[in-house]
Amino acid sequence: MAIDAATVKKVASLAKLRMEQDRLGPLAEELSGILAWIEQLKEVDTEGVEPMTSAVAAALPRRADVVTDGGDPERVLSNAPKRDKSFFVVPKVVE
Amino acid sequence: MAAATTLTLKGAIDGLRAKALSAEELTAAHIAAVEQARPLNAYVLETPEAAIAGARAADARIARGEARPLEGIPLGIKDLFCTEGVRTTAGSRILGSFKPTYESTVTANLWRDGAVMLGKLNMDEFAMGSSNESSAHGPVVNPWRSRGSNQPLTPGGSSGGSAAAVAAELCLGATATDTGGSIRQPAAFTGTVGIKPTYGRCSRWGIVAFASSLDQAGPIARTVEDAAILLTSMAGHDPKDSTSLDVETPDFASFVGKSIKGLKIGVPKEYRVEGMPAEIEALWADGVRWLKEAGCEIREVSLPHTRFALPAYYIIAPAEASSNLARYDGMRFGLRVDGEALNDVYEGTRAKGFGAEVQRRVLIGTYVLSHGYYDAYYLKAQRVRRRIADDFSAAFDEVDALLTPTAPSAAFGLGDRASDPVAMYLNDIFTVTVNLAGLPGMSVPAGLDAQGLPLGLQLIGRPLDEGTLFSLGYALEQAAGFAAKPERWW
Repeated sequence: MAIDAATVKKVASLAKLRMEQDRLGPLAEELSGILAWIEQLKEVDTEGVEPMTSAVAAALPRRADVVTDGGDPERVLSNAPKRDKSFFVVPKVVE
Repeated sequence: MAAATTLTLKGAIDGLRAKALSAEELTAAHIAAVEQARPLNAYVLETPEAAIAGARAADARIARGEARPLEGIPLGIKDLFCTEGVRTTAGSRILGSFKPTYESTVTANLWRDGAVMLGKLNMDEFAMGSSNESSAHGPVVNPWRSRGSNQPLTPGGSSGGSAAAVAAELCLGATATDTGGSIRQPAAFTGTVGIKPTYGRCSRWGIVAFASSLDQAGPIARTVEDAAILLTSMAGHDPKDSTSLDVETPDFASFVGKSIKGLKIGVPKEYRVEGMPAEIEALWADGVRWLKEAGCEIREVSLPHTRFALPAYYIIAPAEASSNLARYDGMRFGLRVDGEALNDVYEGTRAKGFGAEVQRRVLIGTYVLSHGYYDAYYLKAQRVRRRIADDFSAAFDEVDALLTPTAPSAAFGLGDRASDPVAMYLNDIFTVTVNLAGLPGMSVPAGLDAQGLPLGLQLIGRPLDEGTLFSLGYALEQAAGFAAKPERWW
């Protein structure tokens, strides 16, 4: 399936990627090329085949729902681009 | 002490135990080699002071008779592994000067066993690439060159820094990761040994995530035995990774040198692809002959869905990546590009922080997971994935392991394939099936092409049967007698 510039713009917005207008066309062409190559999967008969979500067939292990870590804001905040005391500073969300 | 860097990892362990050299001498020789090899761009961060301190502590332990399995062994660490207090970038601008406050389980296991870190190794951004050209730090240059040529070649990717550092003797071994071939293809391009173990052998905790159902750590080393020693330390169950397998880790080195007589080896006919260089075809035939001479029985097998593996991978991996990379939002760590509203910060940060290949894959992943396309792309790919895994299961009813080439070509020139994403993706044609099925795969250097560049053979095993791969890999290594080294130009 061919992707047009408008679709690239929409997908970029879903992925939270700023995309300059002049890149939309070339990217649409590139992604269309990749998707055209992917289309060959249609040749595989997958009727009744269960999707494989994991390479390991093991059951997901469970653990007790208890706190095992935390209480260390300095470590949590040590890489923050912007902080104030024990808080991350983020842009205003609601006007 | 220049010769200390030419030792194998096993040779260095023996030398340290016999006190033929000290850990400090060994590490200092490597630090000097790393400094001289900066034109290769293999290390993105050197940590010489910590390495010397670690080596001195190792010498003290050896003197007390308390040496651990890797005591005083200097290693390079792919920059995808979080290292406590040491900058970790995953080859991306978006992590900026991120300093993890925790250590990945795999590297913690290596330090537990006494190893010393020389620094962090270059890689494709978020491990997305087959040539190292997507790294924010610039590409690694392969220490190997074509005979009579100065053209810089790719060391492969994404673990190109790991492979180049091991080949150029800038460490005794390195950690690496493999999502579609990122350990095995660079190993083949640099004349080194690389093994991607069974999915779940090594904990993924503290490794920057790319495609979680495919990512797996493993070592790159100069010999099969060295790789076995490293994997024994790296592997093991970890409750912090829910996909980590709760199984015993064998002493993988004990399989090195074991007889391979009577093993049945499959040669998959679908791997004889169009346009494969005659030299690779010939090397594959050599491999078959070597194993036959060592007493193996060779059978042709069929893996009918092979050609669908790459297209399935290029749905599954970008889908998982687009989800994993959602965490880079400029709020809690890494790069933040300021803007007026929240959305401007998100979009500006991600546009500036991610390189072109990462953006391309995030877009593909977002597209195939988006409303109306999920069934047609993602679920379809997951169904094809099972078909591919079933092909392997059927083959392993008849044979004990498979032998294939590792990559469809030798190392190519930096820049030669950058313009065509699909051509670049085809590098992984022989390796990606193994990730989709979660199987162990190993690349062993087996010969040189007419230009004098290394070529590798791949062994694929049953789940959790790395041991057989080490036995077979050693047999190939012995038969091939691969002793070539890159001529030093740096």
